[in-house]
Amino acid sequence: MNYNWNWGIFFQPNPMGTGTYLDMLLSGLALTLKTAALAWVIALITGSIVGVMRTLPSKGANWFGFAYVEFFRNMPLLVQLFLWFFVLPEILPRAAGLWLKQLPNAPFWTAAIGVGFFMSARVAVQLQAGISSLPRGQKMAATALGLTTVQGYRYVLLPMAFRIILPPLTSEFLNTIKNTAVAITIGLLELTGQARSMQEFSFQVFEAFTAATILYLLVNAVVVTAMRFLERWVAIPGYITGK
Amino acid sequence: MFGNLDFDVIRRALPYLFYEGMTFTLTLTFLAALGGLIFGTALALMRLSGLKILGRIAGIYVDFMRSLPLVLVIFWFYFLVPYIGQWVTGASRPISVGAFASSLITFIMFEAAYFSEIMRAGIQSISRGQPAAASALGLTYAQTMRYVVLPQAFRNMLPVLITQTIVLFQDTSLVYVLSITDFLGAASKVAQRDGRLVEMYLFAAVVYFTISCIASYGVRRLQARIAIIR
Repeated sequence: MNYNWNWGIFFQPNPMGTGTYLDMLLSGLALTLKTAALAWVIALITGSIVGVMRTLPSKGANWFGFAYVEFFRNMPLLVQLFLWFFVLPEILPRAAGLWLKQLPNAPFWTAAIGVGFFMSARVAVQLQAGISSLPRGQKMAATALGLTTVQGYRYVLLPMAFRIILPPLTSEFLNTIKNTAVAITIGLLELTGQARSMQEFSFQVFEAFTAATILYLLVNAVVVTAMRFLERWVAIPGYITGK
Repeated sequence: MFGNLDFDVIRRALPYLFYEGMTFTLTLTFLAALGGLIFGTALALMRLSGLKILGRIAGIYVDFMRSLPLVLVIFWFYFLVPYIGQWVTGASRPISVGAFASSLITFIMFEAAYFSEIMRAGIQSISRGQPAAASALGLTYAQTMRYVVLPQAFRNMLPVLITQTIVLFQDTSLVYVLSITDFLGAASKVAQRDGRLVEMYLFAAVVYFTISCIASYGVRRLQARIAIIR
């Protein structure tokens, strides 16, 4: 392979004057984590609401939950980001559109919202599966105790369902982190974006991508380990994973 | 709001969008699903082979691919494939690989990791008695897999495999980062040439949505049919 390896490149100053190339990649990593965190908050909140709606006895709520999930699941994430970024400001009333376009950090907010809503459909599906995996008697017992529907969900169904779906939620969270890389297309300089610009400035393709790969693997390992602790901590006694 | 939209721009771009763009997207989806399924099945068999070293290699490969964003993998292969080609053919310089070949290799390698997990679940869903019965009948390992285990595993997992292919169909839009003319790439080129981002991106969204919706409706029906048989 006639490729000029130069692993020292990471400690050379980058052309942006923001420190070394390594600093560039680390700032990309920070942005990846920030975007993923905000997206995950959005996904968890809206996904939980929609997931609950899909299990309610009301036909209307069911239908809305179904339509919501189908809407966000059947379009590529990239197309959704383009809709948020290029299309939304144009079809809003002029003043609102202008405000959106002039928003500082627009790629960051668009990426967080776009990835967040995209992932919320997946969270909703998981939560619905978790709630329906509970024995029917739990909902009935909650009703028999005089709890309202809201209380039944708040104190009985959701605490159980969320613990059951913790493992699939972990992989959805990892997907959220990975999906922020799609935002490179709207100019977000997250980890993949920074690796790409490092490659363009320095021509050291493989060093840049190797470093990004290692950082992604590290993040993955940290999240998986942390979630394993969380799983053990909240495990339900009597279940296979319980104490 | 929608007053100054020019939907004629879509009509004029239709031949380009579908003959160039959609053909690329569908061919890539189909071939990548096929290749991913073959490699994925091989990985799953490695993992279940009982040979520790083979299982480790396949496991590391699958975990590795699944921890990386697809965009990064696309970039990796885009730059790596010419060097691999040089190494394989013994050429003196990195060989140039077309956009299609490069993205096809990327998606096969990437999807193999996901298909292998599905096939592994499918193979594990076959009861232990079946391979035992097969070897009692004198079938070799290859024959057992070929005639007994894999056909059933494939059949049981068909809905999941198709669902994964729908995800793959949507993910092929990411070749946009290499400026390739897939369906979204074509839409985006027209959008930028004519300054009609809103119309073109809305249209692209509608097309992806319609195709994925029809396909996932088909999966639900298939699932219902398979569920009755079992």
